[in-house]
Amino acid sequence: MIEGIPMQHVLIVSLFMFFAGVCGFIIRKNMITILMSVELILNAVNINLLVFNKYLFPEQLQGHFFALFVMGIAAAEAAVAIALIINIYRRLNSINVEEVTEMKY
Amino acid sequence: MSFQYTILILLIPLACFLINGLFGMKFKPLLSGILGTAGLGVIWLLSLFTAYAYFFQVGLVNGEFQKIVVMNAEWLRFTDKLHIDMGILLDPISVMMLVVITTVSFMVHLYSIGYMHGERGFQRFYAFLALFTFSMLGLVVATNIFQMYVFWELVGVSSFLLIGFYYDRPSAVAASKKAFIVTRFADLGFLIGILVLSYFTGTFDFMALTGSDQSIFASGAAASFMGLSALTWAALLIFMGGAGKSAMFPLHIWLPDAMEGPTPVSALIHAATMVVAGVFLVARMFPVFFFQAPAALELVAYVGGFTSLFAAIIACTQFDIKRVLAFSTLSQIGYMMLALGVSGYGGHEGLGYMASLFHLFTHAMFKALLFLGAGSVIHAVHSNVMQDMGGLRKYLPVTHLTFLIACLTIAGVPFLSGFFSKDEILVAAWQSNKFLFAVEFLVAGITAFYMFRLYFNIFWGKEKTYAHPPHESPLTMTIPLVLLALGSIFAGYLPFSELISSDYKPFETTLHLSVAIPSVLIGLAGIGLAMLLYRRESTLPDRIAASLGSFYKVVLNKFYIDELYLFVTRKIIFNYISRPIAWFDRHIVDGTMNGIGWVTETSSQKIKGLQSGRISQYGFVFAIAAVGLALVFIYFIN
Repeated sequence: MIEGIPMQHVLIVSLFMFFAGVCGFIIRKNMITILMSVELILNAVNINLLVFNKYLFPEQLQGHFFALFVMGIAAAEAAVAIALIINIYRRLNSINVEEVTEMKY
Repeated sequence: MSFQYTILILLIPLACFLINGLFGMKFKPLLSGILGTAGLGVIWLLSLFTAYAYFFQVGLVNGEFQKIVVMNAEWLRFTDKLHIDMGILLDPISVMMLVVITTVSFMVHLYSIGYMHGERGFQRFYAFLALFTFSMLGLVVATNIFQMYVFWELVGVSSFLLIGFYYDRPSAVAASKKAFIVTRFADLGFLIGILVLSYFTGTFDFMALTGSDQSIFASGAAASFMGLSALTWAALLIFMGGAGKSAMFPLHIWLPDAMEGPTPVSALIHAATMVVAGVFLVARMFPVFFFQAPAALELVAYVGGFTSLFAAIIACTQFDIKRVLAFSTLSQIGYMMLALGVSGYGGHEGLGYMASLFHLFTHAMFKALLFLGAGSVIHAVHSNVMQDMGGLRKYLPVTHLTFLIACLTIAGVPFLSGFFSKDEILVAAWQSNKFLFAVEFLVAGITAFYMFRLYFNIFWGKEKTYAHPPHESPLTMTIPLVLLALGSIFAGYLPFSELISSDYKPFETTLHLSVAIPSVLIGLAGIGLAMLLYRRESTLPDRIAASLGSFYKVVLNKFYIDELYLFVTRKIIFNYISRPIAWFDRHIVDGTMNGIGWVTETSSQKIKGLQSGRISQYGFVFAIAAVGLALVFIYFIN
C-alpha cells in the first residue's frame, strides 16, 4: 500500500504503457523498436501483477514472484530475439520488418 | 538305408543358381557353364543312385513299394491337422521323375555350353536353368500338395524367365508374358481346388490323401455344388492347373509361342519336364481322382484324347520346326493324360497309369533328343523354318542319325522305346474306351506322318545352296544327342510295370500283338506317306494343301484358337467388362479423390493472400481480435 496513491492511478499508468507497447508493436518498422515495445507490454503486465498483489492481498507474495518470473522470461526472449535480428540483418542487410516476408508460406 | 542325402539333389541346383545368379557376371562364361554342368552331373549321379537303391534294394517291402518320407519340416501351421510342410517324399513316381529331370537337365546343361556359346547373358542362362531344375525337383518330391503348389509356381517363374531370355525381342517378351498369364490363370483353378480339397479333408498331405483311409473324404463327397460333389469340383479345378501347365486344350495356346526361348530351354522345359508336371500331378492325386471323382478322371481322358488329335493335325501344317515339335509335345502329353484318364486302379486294371508314366519317361528322352537335334540344325543353318533347310544329312551326320532315331521312336517303330510305351497306352485305351482308342490309333498314324515330314524336309528334300556351308555342331552338343539317342533306344526295355503301378504293387505286362501290329502298321503307313510326299522335292504337298482349301487354311492357323482368345479377351472382356470398370475407377473412385484435392488446392490459393508475412499486420489482427473477444466476453457471455 503506497500512501496517497489509489490503485486506479497505478492501473491507468500500466494501461497506457500496455497500449503504447501494442501500438509500437503494430506501427514500428524497426525490429529493435518492436522488441522494445514488447518489453513495454511485459512491464505493463508486471506493474499490474504487483499492484494487485500489493493492494488486494498484501500478506501474499505470488504476484511478486510472478513478476520476477516474467522478467526472467523477458530477458531470455530478448536474447533470442536479438540473435534472430542479427542473423536477419546478416542475410538481408536490413532490420526493417516489412522486408522479412520470406517465410510466409 | 537312409535317403538323407537326397536333400543335396535339391540344394546343389539351388546353390548353382545363387552362385551363377549373384556372382555370374564376375566369372568367365565358360566357368559358369562348367559350374552348372558339374553341379547337374553330381545330382544326376545321385539320382541314378537313389533310383537304384530305391527300386532294387529298399523300396520293395512285402511286394509293395513303400512311400518313404525322407524329411518333413513344418513350415506354416494353421491347426494341429492342417499345416504346410516342406519335405521330400520318395515313391516310385517321384524317384522316376528325379531320374528324368536330372538326366534331361544334365544333357541340356552340357549341350548349352556349345549352343549358347558367345550369347549375351550366358551366366544368366545357367542361373535360370539351375533355378528351373531346383524348382522342378522340389515339385516332384513334394510331400504335400501345397509344397507342390509353391514349387509349381517357381517352375512357372523360371519358365517365364527362360522364354523371355532374349528380352530384346518383342516376340519373346510377348511369348513369355502369354505363357505366364495363361498358366497363372490355370493355377488359380489349382489353388482353389487345393483349398476346396483341404477344406473338406483337413489335410494337404499326400500320404493321407492317397492313403488307404478313405474316411477323410466323407464330408467332401457328401457336400455338393451344382450337381457335382465338392470333391469332383476340387479334382476338376486341380486338373485345370495341371491342364494349364501341361498345355491341354483349351489352355494350350502358350506352348507353341514358348518356342521363342532358346532351344535347349524348349527341350528341357517345354518338352521333357515342366509340361509333364500336369501329368505328374494327376498321377500323384490318382487315388483321389479314381475313387472320389471318377467324372473328373473321365474328363481328363477326353481332354487328353482331344488335345492329342487336335495338336497332331496342326503339327502337319506348321513350317517352323520348333513349332512342329511343340505341337507334337502337346499331342504326346495328350496321350499321357488319356492313359491316366482311362486307367483303373490296381494290378492290370491300372495299366493306363503305368503306361502314362512309362510314356512320360520315354517321351522325355526322345522329345528332348528331337529338340536338341532341332537346336543343332538351327545352330547350323541359323533359321527355324523348314523352307530354309533341305539335304542337310550330308552336313550333319551325327545330328541326322540321332534325329532319325528319335523320329523312329516317336513314330512307334518296333523295339525302340516309344513303341513299348505307346503300345501300353493303346492297350489301356482299348480295354476301357473303344472310341478313345480309335482316336489314339489315328493319332499314332498322324504322328508318324508329321515327324517324318519334318525329318525329310530337314535332311532330304531339295538341295539348298547355303551361304556358308553348314557344319556339324561341337562335341558338347553331339555327346548329349548320342546319349539321349541311346536312352531313346533302350528306355523301353526297362521292366516298367514292375517298378511303377497305380497301387505300388508290381505286376506283369506282355506285349499285346493284336494292338501292336496294327499300330505299327499305321505308323509305317504315316512314314511311307511322308516319304512319298517329302523325300524328293515335289509340288504334290502344295497341290494337296490347295485341294483341301479352307480346311488347310484353318489348320495352318491353328484352328484360330489364338484369334478366338484375342476376340474374347479384347472384344468382349475388354469392351464390356474392363472398360466400364476402368471408367468407374477413373471417374468415380479417382474422381472423388481428385475432387477433394482440387477443392483444397483452390480454396487455399484463394485465401493464401491473408498470409502476408508482415509481423505488424499479424499483431494488429491479433490485438483487434483480443479486444473484440474481451468485449464479447464482457458484454455477451456472462
